[in-house]
Amino acid sequence: MTGYLYYPGCSLKGSGAPYEKSLLAVFSALGQELKEIPDWNCCGATAYLSVDQDMAVAMAARNLAIAEKLDGQDVVAPCSGCYLSLAKAKATLAEYPDVRARVTAALGKASLPYEGRVAVRHPLEVLLTDVGPEVLKKRVTRPLKNLRVAPYYGCAILRPYPGVPSPQAPHSLEDLCRVVGATPVDYPNKARCCGGMLTAGVQSVGLRLVEILLCEAKAADVDAVVTTCPLCQYNLEVYQERICKAKGKDVRLPILYFTQLLGMAFGLDDHALGMDQLLRVPLVAPCAGVKA
Amino acid sequence: MNPPAEAPRIGVFVCDCGFNILGVVDVPAVVKFAAALPGVVHAEEYKYMCSDPGQDLIKKAVQEHGLNRVVVASCSPTLHERTFRRVVSEAGINPFLFNMVNIREGVSWVTEDKVQATEKAESLIDAGVRRVTLQEPLEARSEPVNPNVLVIGGGIAGMHASLSLANANRGAKVHLVERQPSIGGNMARFDKTFPTLDCASCILTPKMTEVKIHPNIRLHSYSEVVSVDGYVGNFDVTIEHKPRYINEDLCIGCLKCIEACVFKDARFPNEFDLGLAKRKPIYIPFPQAVPTKVLIDPHDCLYLRLGTCKKTCIDACEKDAIDLEQKPDRVSLKVGTIVVATGFKPFDARRKPQYGYGVLPNVYTALEMERFLSPTGPTEGVPLLQDGRKPETVGIIHCVGSRDKNTNEYCSKVCCMYSLKLAHLIKERTGAEVYNFYIDMRTPGKGYEEFYERLLSEGLKVIRGRVAEVTKAALTRAEKDHLIIRAEDTLAGFVRRIPVDMVVLAVGLEPQSDTQELRRMLNLSCGHEGFLQELHPKLAPVSTATDGIFIAGACQGPKDIPETVAQAGAAASEALSLIHRGVVEIQPYTAVVNEELCSGCKVCIGMCPYDAIGYDEEKRVVHVTEVKCKGCGVCAAACPTGAMDQQHFRKELVMAEIAGVI
Repeated sequence: MTGYLYYPGCSLKGSGAPYEKSLLAVFSALGQELKEIPDWNCCGATAYLSVDQDMAVAMAARNLAIAEKLDGQDVVAPCSGCYLSLAKAKATLAEYPDVRARVTAALGKASLPYEGRVAVRHPLEVLLTDVGPEVLKKRVTRPLKNLRVAPYYGCAILRPYPGVPSPQAPHSLEDLCRVVGATPVDYPNKARCCGGMLTAGVQSVGLRLVEILLCEAKAADVDAVVTTCPLCQYNLEVYQERICKAKGKDVRLPILYFTQLLGMAFGLDDHALGMDQLLRVPLVAPCAGVKA
Repeated sequence: MNPPAEAPRIGVFVCDCGFNILGVVDVPAVVKFAAALPGVVHAEEYKYMCSDPGQDLIKKAVQEHGLNRVVVASCSPTLHERTFRRVVSEAGINPFLFNMVNIREGVSWVTEDKVQATEKAESLIDAGVRRVTLQEPLEARSEPVNPNVLVIGGGIAGMHASLSLANANRGAKVHLVERQPSIGGNMARFDKTFPTLDCASCILTPKMTEVKIHPNIRLHSYSEVVSVDGYVGNFDVTIEHKPRYINEDLCIGCLKCIEACVFKDARFPNEFDLGLAKRKPIYIPFPQAVPTKVLIDPHDCLYLRLGTCKKTCIDACEKDAIDLEQKPDRVSLKVGTIVVATGFKPFDARRKPQYGYGVLPNVYTALEMERFLSPTGPTEGVPLLQDGRKPETVGIIHCVGSRDKNTNEYCSKVCCMYSLKLAHLIKERTGAEVYNFYIDMRTPGKGYEEFYERLLSEGLKVIRGRVAEVTKAALTRAEKDHLIIRAEDTLAGFVRRIPVDMVVLAVGLEPQSDTQELRRMLNLSCGHEGFLQELHPKLAPVSTATDGIFIAGACQGPKDIPETVAQAGAAASEALSLIHRGVVEIQPYTAVVNEELCSGCKVCIGMCPYDAIGYDEEKRVVHVTEVKCKGCGVCAAACPTGAMDQQHFRKELVMAEIAGVI
């Protein structure tokens, strides 16, 4: 039983395409198999759970049941929203026998017995724990020297089902930055909300949260913000111009996925990492790594 | 085993325990059931069997019905076995011809179904009657109590217990063992105490001196208890004196050696000041330390670390007290009772990384703030920021590590009050605006609520809500260069961000980190939060499950100084009560050998934890030394031929009891 099962969710097939590209490229460069779960369905996102608990849990659990039916390897969920939905479904089924009875009955009708055997993990933790910083470091061919990076985790992989160690003071992204030779700055807002869906729903509040994060990163004089979640990346990236105009200040910054950072250091091709699909990329000199 | 001399005439007494048993168990039915059991000649029910009329009822029944064995079905034997054995004995029956059946803790408190509860009570009584039928008369033996006492821990609890014992217990020694170089404990670190704001030093240091000079106290400072053997009245204790590298008998505390040390500057963190101040390799913990003797830290001293130094300290000492070759030395003592007063450990604030302790500047624990506020502390009583300014605003965060599912669920009890005290002192010394962030303000205690009222009238700002985080990420100009405390104000109903200069974390109280080792050494038990467990939370609060060992102070659970002192006095008086009685009764549950069955395989000898079994080469059988045997039963269980048996727990008794319940 080697490799991992990959649960992409909708984002990585859409707006988060650069995340999927860079994730697959990095795992493949490390010789780690990522097998997409066949016939996966929507994780239910955060919204569905407040509409119908049984239905929401059943939807997420269906993906886990399919994973169990395969080889039962760990499920890698790169999108923080997917990670949270799957982890919450698993925890709910373990904690509440009544929900479990109804959900397993429903899944049973689709010949998908659920036992709760598979683990749900975020790729950041998989890379740092299973592969390990030493192996990652060995693979680095283009150290990103002089690249100052703001490590930004968002909320969903930290609370309430921590996907990385030390969720109150996470350090995985900082560890990763050091592995690739970049400099992680002290970014005290690293676990604050990116605005989530509020950037669409209550935009005045959502954009205010984005503005705080961008201003803080700007003040720390970084070359890029590195993220772990497609929604965080989207919020921080696409509203920059609007905030610049509305507030009369420059908040323009490249917003990267941590897998892109890693891929750049591995010397992988920009196109393979989806760098050409970003609105802004950091200037990294090809070899010397000198800031342009 | 000899058959009982006379036919059994058993009386069964079933207790209602008010509604405790009667509310669930059909007691009249149980009495009827018991009366019909073989050997039972009398059975009756009473409201409170342990009360005076209940006891009289048993005695009367013994007379009237000529009973020679008694079963009482009531609560747990740990509560009243002793009571009823005495009653039976007073009625003229050997106390070991009595058996207690637990139908309260074992039945009525844990069974909801009344029919099942009644059936369970009946089968337990059946078992008890079968057992008592086979029990034999035994005699408890008594042993003298050694009047010397061991007190472990030299904080306020240990000192108070030692003085109470030493003042009453003439002609005997109290051995007070303290692992730190000075006695005084945490209280010695405080400036003032709540709610009266009386000076901690003024009430503590005279007590420290009294301990030192008391003729009946032998102080073992900078020492550890390494082993405890024996039993109530007769404990064998080994204490290790850690090397100070100073001859304590010669040192007069002139401190000239410290001045002469080749290190001209104090550069090593001073443990007493929690690292906030520095000391030299040769030092005294604090000016009022008792004993006022210097010591050398072998990790810091050049000679002890590297073997080379000019050793200027030796030249400076006029008394030739410095001994750089000193080794640890062990002393063995005999004591009859032990008082454990090992105190607490403050919660490690690093376990709540969201509060920034150890990462953000000007975030301190409450104990560190106590040192800042102390006139002998690193800033001589005025808390200062790292840049040397006085803070203009200070936030005190309550419940750090307490009432928290992620760390400790229990309330540490003293933090609300000490936080209010710190707020008052910080305001008094710096004029700063102080904010206290609390979950619930807990101020039960004499004068405590009044103290809270006083603080409110002094202009203390209180915000109800658990703090989410302390951050330096400023959002406004007013927040810039401040620490921002973010909390939901649950009374006002919105999230607050309060910029402050300094944060104080009101850390909770935890068991000492080596409580488990201590527990094993003394054969004590701990509650689930890790504090030492008392025998009974209400009726035996300073006793433990091990006879002769008493507990006092925060080692038993978080408590403030008044409560600690009260417990210390109680522990001393419990010990004295044993000492003055002079003898202890040792239960005759010792092992016995049936020599005819013993094959001499010696399996039991290796199993016995007390070295109580010997081998008779001539008869080729083992024998038990009764005084050494603790009645643990290991040998009886291990014996392959069934030759080894334990009195009062003979195989026939246990088998008869089992037959009754199945």
